[in-house]
Parts: sequence; structure tokens; C-alpha cells
Amino acid sequence: MLRSNGSCRSYILQPFGAGYPDLLQKFAIFGIFAIGFNILFGLTGYLSFGHAAFLGIGSYTAVWTFKLLSMNPLPAVLLATLLGGLFAALIGFISLRRTGIYFSILTLAFAQMSYNLAYSVLTPITNGETGLQLRQADPRVLDVAFGRDYGAVLPSSDLFGIGMTGYPGFYFCAAVLILCFYISMRIFRSPFGMMLRAVKSIQNRMNYTGLNTRPYALAAFVISGMYAGLAGGLLAVTDPLAGAERMQWTASGEVVLMTILGGTGTLLGPVIGAGAIKYFENIFSAFNESILLNTFNFLPETLQHAVVSIASLFVGEGWYLTLGALFMVIVIFLPGGLMEGVRRIGLVVKRKFGVGQDDNPPAPAE
Amino acid sequence: MASILSVQNVNKRFGGLKALDEVNLEIEPGTVHAIIGPNGAGKSTLLNCFVGRLTPDVGTVTFEGHSLIRLAPHEINQLGVSRVFQTPEIFGDLTLLENVMIPYFAKRDGAFSLNAWKPMAGQNDVRGKAEEMLADVGLGEKHAMVANSLSRGDKRRLELAMCLVQQPKLLLLDEPTAGMARADTNNTIDLLKTIASRGITMVVIEHDMHVVFSLADKISVLAQGYVIAEGAPNDIKGDPRVQEVYLGGAEI
Ligand SMILES: Nc1ncnc2c1ncn2[C@@H]1O[C@H](COP(=O)(O)OP(=O)(O)OP(=O)(O)O)[C@@H](O)[C@H]1O
Ligand SMILES: [Mg+2]
Repeated sequence: MLRSNGSCRSYILQPFGAGYPDLLQKFAIFGIFAIGFNILFGLTGYLSFGHAAFLGIGSYTAVWTFKLLSMNPLPAVLLATLLGGLFAALIGFISLRRTGIYFSILTLAFAQMSYNLAYSVLTPITNGETGLQLRQADPRVLDVAFGRDYGAVLPSSDLFGIGMTGYPGFYFCAAVLILCFYISMRIFRSPFGMMLRAVKSIQNRMNYTGLNTRPYALAAFVISGMYAGLAGGLLAVTDPLAGAERMQWTASGEVVLMTILGGTGTLLGPVIGAGAIKYFENIFSAFNESILLNTFNFLPETLQHAVVSIASLFVGEGWYLTLGALFMVIVIFLPGGLMEGVRRIGLVVKRKFGVGQDDNPPAPAE
Repeated sequence: MASILSVQNVNKRFGGLKALDEVNLEIEPGTVHAIIGPNGAGKSTLLNCFVGRLTPDVGTVTFEGHSLIRLAPHEINQLGVSRVFQTPEIFGDLTLLENVMIPYFAKRDGAFSLNAWKPMAGQNDVRGKAEEMLADVGLGEKHAMVANSLSRGDKRRLELAMCLVQQPKLLLLDEPTAGMARADTNNTIDLLKTIASRGITMVVIEHDMHVVFSLADKISVLAQGYVIAEGAPNDIKGDPRVQEVYLGGAEI
């Protein structure tokens, strides 16, 4: 019994152990993706269901930059950000002619189009189902110009000699995350951020107040597209491979869930939401039947099999079922997301341990 | 004197309903022009044609020589026309202070400005202007409240502050005192008088005759989309047609 508990606990704690820099990289990268998404959705209220397209475009751009220019991550993420923004400007310009559900559907349609194009017409660029990969024979003109030779092995991305896998890769992503968070904070607290919240509140009033709402919404869309492109670029930096599945609608939906789960419109919420989803995904999708059997082996055998067959619905491939349930619980009981939970706990703590007795309690209504 | 707003031959139909029928109107600069008329007379429809919410089927609307037909609402506002709506339109999720700062930024920085790097906390001049404006309409202490939590009368005063902070050339007011208590109405009248004395031209739609006769330099009476009478307050008071159509024969 103790042993089985131990094995279960080790699965929960393992992600924070030494073997999991990959997961930490994902925390940072999807944190960036969600922060950017929140600038659009949290501030302006425009719910895009197609942001994975920009993530995918960022990845393809980064891999192409590796192939053609250099294995250094800086040009790769820079170009990924730019191209993410460029495509966002294009798609945003058209989609923002509509609001509400029609806007969402337009973005979804564009993303699915990109996804399908990546598998069909664009195979010369995307390498179709195999995905875009590095080859030893890639030109890498900048690397060649600077006399950088990777020898007879398949190169991996490195920042002036520091490899971008494992912990160094995580540190790089974390540094970018901090920068992205800082930029988002500046936007939130600027007059521009206030205008974006006004777009969400009532667009009509804005127009009659002398403000053109369209470029405000488009700017937010482009900025969030750049964040998505950057995140896609970082995915390729830590693992130089790009596939079209990154553009699929499930990936677009995931960033919506991350943002709502963490707390839409809050600064920190999306980072927490992204972390929470990637963390649980890691745990739940790692479980398989034999681990479950092992976990529940303290139960009588028939009961053990029953419990395992139910539990296995929620793990491995079935992890999305868990995510759905988790999401429903949060939306119903904590509509403001995890950040609202934090705030409520803060209030309770404040009330319990009082900010001093001289604080007058609110006067009772008469 | 050349008029600041010139309305010529404006017609607007909604399906079979003729909401505006050959409306002509000249608003002189520096005056308060009241538009009165029974419910459904077409008063709000007329204002909608001034701010770009509606386009007249026929006719022209000219503000300081610019045709307003087919201009976008934000372009019309940038020319110097601000409007208070019949049902208050405010940024409900934002604080009162933000509600007033937004129009100020719009006036100062134009229809779009990517002012994304300077923190709001540093905008002390704008904040000061907005606080002053809120104090003027009597909402000074409430500046940190969320606009949605205001009473209807307060929302109206907030919307007025949002317009005034832009120092418009032409201020359009659609029933600015509806839903206000008597005392608030009198405060609003005083406030509007002060604004008028600064030379801002106003068009006021009002049902409250006390408000109309305390403010107006000139009155147009609208009934079923028609301007049936126009003139100084005293002429309108005595006009039998007005009493007939507007008040069913009762004394004003
Ligand atoms: N968007 C619209 N579509 C259809 N009919 C409309 C529309 N707006 C107004 N109307 C109709 O046009 C007529 C004039 O309406 P309007 O709102 O201009 O009247 P009003 O003089 O402002 O009345 P009130 O004093 O009640 O505000 C009314 O019969 C109204 O029902
Ligand atoms: Mg009306």
C-alpha cells in the first residue's frame, strides 16, 4: 500500500524533478502564448479561435530560419514574431469586420484553412505530414559566413555555443517569458490598454467619442499574433521540428482554456492557466493501465479492475476528458478563473487575520 | 450670422414610417437650440443623422462647412461634435475617471494612438482634467467607482462630463435631465447654463418645459417628422399650433 502510494506521488512530483526541463520549457512557451492571447481576448473581448495558426507559422518560420540562415535562436524567434504579426494583420483585418461569434468563426475558418494548406498545397514549404525538419546539408548561410561548422551531425539550436535543449533552453524561454510579461504589463497599464478595455465595454460609445475602434482591435490582434508567433518559434528552438498539427483547432482551443482557466483579463492568470494545463496534461497523459493497476493494487481485485477501467478513461489519450471536467468546475465555481480563487483566499486570510481591530466592519443595512 | 449646423431638406423613412419629413434647421453658433415634440416625433432620429448613426435618405447636414453625410461617427466627433444619448452610453466596466479620460485622450491624441508604453499612472494632467470635470457635474467623490453601479441620473451626468471634457464646438443633448430628481435637474440646468455662457453651441431635446424655457434661445417643434413651428421661447409658448399638436390644446 505504501509502495503504491509512493509510486503515485512520484508521478505527481516527477515533473518538477531533474528529468523534466522539457516541461518547464512548455510552461514558459505556452505562458507566452497565453499572455499574448489575453491581450486580445482579455482586454478587447474578441475571442479568437484561430491563434494556433500563428503558433504554427512561428514554428515553420523558425525552422526555415535555422535551415537557411543560422542555428542561433535569436534570428529564428525574431522572424517568427514578425511573421506571426504579419499573418495576424492579414487575418485580423478581415476577421475584425465582424464581432462576436462571427468573428470567432472567421478566425477558426482561417486557422483550419492554414492547417489544410500546410498539408496540401504548401507541402514544399511545410513538408506535409512528416513535418519540417533540419538536414545536415541545409545552407545556413550566416553560420557558414561566420565559419561555424557543425560537422557530420545534425545541428541543434544554440545561442553562441549554449545548446537550447534541457535547462539552458528553459532559461532562454524563461527570459523571453519575463520580457513578454513585462511588455504585457506595460500595455495593460497604458492609455492604449485602457482603450482596449473600452472596446470590450462598448464600441458604440467609443466611436461617438471620436475613437476609431477598428485599428485598436487590429493592433491588439497583431500583438497577440506576434506573441503566438514567438511562442511557436520557441517551440522550434527547443525542438527544431515543425508540423501542421500545431495549427489544429484543438491547439487554438487550448489557449482559450488556458486564459479562461487562469483568469481572463488578469495579468498573471494566463501564465498560471498555461502552467496548470501543461502540468496536468503531463501527469494525466503519462498514466497508463499498468500504472493505474499498480496505483490501485490495495483494492480487492474486482474493485481494482472496475476502478482502473473508469480511471483509464480520464488518463493517457483520455486526458482531454479530465481537462473538460476541470474546465467546467472552474467556470461554474470560479468564473474569474484561478486568479479569482487566489483573490478569494486572500480576502478570507485578510478577514481572519484582520488588518487591525480598528478597521470598522461595514455598517449593517437598516 | 452663418449657422454652425445647417440641416436642409432631411428625410428619413423606416419602412412605411416617415420619421423625418423635409426637416430644415439652422443652428446659430453660441446659442442653445431646443427641439421639443411629442414621443415618436423624430427628435432622436434627427440627432442620429447628425452624429453618423443614421444616414438621411435625402437631404444634407453640414457642420462648419463640412458635410456630415456618410462620415463615420468618430470622424464627426473629431470635428467637434459630442453627444449625450437618450439612454446613457458609458463604459460600464470602467471607472468614472477612466470614462472621462478616454474622451479626453480621443480629443488630444486623435482617433487612434498606439500609446502603449507610457503608464496611466504618469498621466497626471489628464487625470487632473478628468477629476475636475467629474467634480463639475457633481460626481467628484465617486471617481473610483465602476460606471455601471451608478444610478440612471448619475450615468447621465457622467455622460455629460464625457462630452464636456472634449470641449466640443457643438454639444447634442438627448433629454439630459430625464430620470433625474428635481434638485439634480436644477444643478444640471445651472451647469448647462455655465457651459452655454462659455460659448458652446447646444442642441437640447427635452420634454421638461422648465428645462427648455430656462435654457433655450430658440425652439423648434417637431411633430410626426415635421417642423411645425420655430421661434423664440415666448413665440412658441403662445403658438396655437404648438399647443394643439404638442400638448393637445393644453396651456404650456
Ligand atoms: N431604428 C429604427 N427603426 C425603425 N423605426 C424607428 C427607428 N428609430 C426610430 N424609429 C421610429 O421613428 C419614430 C421617431 O422615433 P424617435 O426616436 O426619433 O422619436 P423621439 O422624438 O425621439 O421620441 P421620444 O420623445 O420618445 O424619444 C418612432 O415612431 C420610432 O418608433
Ligand atoms: Mg428620443
